[in-house]
Amino acid sequence: MAKELWKGNEAIAEAAIKAGCRFFFGYPITPQNEIPEYMAMKMPQIDGGCFLQAESEVAAINMVYGAAGSGARVMTSSSSPGISLKQEGITYIAGAELPCVIVNIVRGGPGLGGIQPAQSDYFQACKGGGHGDYRLVVLAPASVQEAVDLVQEAFDIADQYRNPVMILGDGMIGQMMEPVEFTEVKKRKLPGKPWATVGTKGERSGNVINSLFIDPAECEKHNFKLFEKYSEIEKNETKVETYNMEGAEIVFVAYGTTSRIVKNAINALAKDGIKAGIIRPITLWPYPQKAIAEAAEQASVKAFLTVEMSMGQMVEDVRLAVNGKKPVHFYGRTGGMIPTPKAIVEEAKKILGGAK
Amino acid sequence: MGKVTFDENRCKGCELCTTVCPAKIVVMDKDRINVKGYHVATVKEMDKCTGCASCARICPDVVIRVER
Amino acid sequence: MAVVFEKTKALTDKPFHYCPGCTHGIIHRLVAEVLEELNLVEKTIGVAPVGCAVFAYDYFNCDMQEAAHGRAPAAATGIKRVNPKAAVFTYQGDGDLASIGAAEIVHAAMRGEKITTIFVNNAIYGMTGGQMAPTTLIGQKATTAPYGRVEDHAGLPLRVSEMLATIPKAVFVERVSVHDVKHIIQAKKAIKKAFQAQMEGKGFTLVEVLSTCPTNWGKTPVESLKWLEENMIPYFPLGNFRNTEEVK
Repeated sequence: MAKELWKGNEAIAEAAIKAGCRFFFGYPITPQNEIPEYMAMKMPQIDGGCFLQAESEVAAINMVYGAAGSGARVMTSSSSPGISLKQEGITYIAGAELPCVIVNIVRGGPGLGGIQPAQSDYFQACKGGGHGDYRLVVLAPASVQEAVDLVQEAFDIADQYRNPVMILGDGMIGQMMEPVEFTEVKKRKLPGKPWATVGTKGERSGNVINSLFIDPAECEKHNFKLFEKYSEIEKNETKVETYNMEGAEIVFVAYGTTSRIVKNAINALAKDGIKAGIIRPITLWPYPQKAIAEAAEQASVKAFLTVEMSMGQMVEDVRLAVNGKKPVHFYGRTGGMIPTPKAIVEEAKKILGGAK
Repeated sequence: MGKVTFDENRCKGCELCTTVCPAKIVVMDKDRINVKGYHVATVKEMDKCTGCASCARICPDVVIRVER
Repeated sequence: MAVVFEKTKALTDKPFHYCPGCTHGIIHRLVAEVLEELNLVEKTIGVAPVGCAVFAYDYFNCDMQEAAHGRAPAAATGIKRVNPKAAVFTYQGDGDLASIGAAEIVHAAMRGEKITTIFVNNAIYGMTGGQMAPTTLIGQKATTAPYGRVEDHAGLPLRVSEMLATIPKAVFVERVSVHDVKHIIQAKKAIKKAFQAQMEGKGFTLVEVLSTCPTNWGKTPVESLKWLEENMIPYFPLGNFRNTEEVK
């Protein structure tokens, strides 16, 4: 299959459709509008496809809940402020153990913030965002091709574990155009959905989709059940990429588009005789603690430098994984400002005590 | 009888004013552009102006000042 | 020669960022003129929406707050409860008020919040690039209704004025237009009555202003005025739907 040039947002929408997504509920917000717009164009042309622009992000996530509870493959998309609005709906979906895909094309924050790319929603995505003990599987593509591959896999992960899955992109992933090849993502063996509300047909008792467990013992039991599931996900679904780690003196940790800027910095440092490597988490939850802990034990490694388009969120998880064995530094730009390879190189040299 | 002044750098060349002048004297100056790059509205036959302020009322950018 | 028309002091000197021919500029000016003429500018607090008018706080010469999308009536409620003697207004587009903010506007009207809402209806989402609004007409194309709005799928456009006029504490509700000078003058009269009703403590007041969006309608500013007159007015009739004289 030939490579085609696709805009990130549109490729994400097409990938969802290829994965069998037939329901999309969304609301306009910059910089992800091409996702609902593409869905508006394509869904009516597909048998059983449905696109609906909801009256708000709150309404949209609740439409997702209803469709997911009836067993459908369903998606919503938004950007930071809209994702904040969805938090209540997201915890209901997690609590009711429903599958769905939520796309966040991150922009500057907090509040109305800006419309340019950022990575300041890491805490929101990985540490809750909504109330209660729950987890989202969070996938962070670094290119439009990777976004396409991860979106397709996201629906399978969601169905396999009955959990919402978030695609954490940023404004660059959404707006860039890159070559993309739509390949058949390896299909998983998935359980059926006997729990879905589709009508009893007189063949069984009624299914109930809810997240209310008013008896505290039952509620605790439910929480333990959720966390057994999250253990399984941690065991099976962690994804990470490492590059140039052999003999590395400084280890970068970065995700998404920032990781590509860091790779440029790594190549520039190599020209100055400095060995730098990168650990690139692809799943932000479950987090690749093991890869980072192992790098912390590596003798050549003098320090870690986390680079994010935020005031420092993922760096806390890096510190936890390094567990005091080596110093962990942070460099970031935010509000839509993009870090440059040059600045990252300077930061690395400062940490290592000047150029060699 | 009437006189209009255009705060030209506010003008965006939308042409709404040219459609409402009863004396039909508001025109777009196609020979030059303002600092924003738009052709601005102007009046070349000021002696025909009645000071009705129709142009000023429809202007979305508060460009026009009217005296009578 | 005497000055018969100049920029009101209730507007700042900052040039508007709106597209050429966008009627937001006219409506801002009418609101500001009314505030000046009623001597309210010094005690006015306005609430800006999310939409093209998100920077409205740069243009009015009075206290302004920015609200989250659709939540302006809720912010205005807090402001007016703290400042009962202030003139409080919200300025909202059709996405802000009739879509995400549908609950907030209904409940502000229900409670009879003594505020004035200026509702700018241009049948489209402007700022985000032309998506369908609750007020988009049947057959009208938008980026999320690329084949045109279809009644079976997306229902019929919302008539906000008629709807809110059923709420007892919505004491002044009128729909106006700004597509020509005669209607601009009528629009200003309605806005003035709305603020007067607020200051008399009568209840919730709203003026719906039919407006253009040349950029997302794909028309010139002059063509847009015509499109408004020929297509919007038949579905959104102009007139008063609730007047304070009726209110006991």
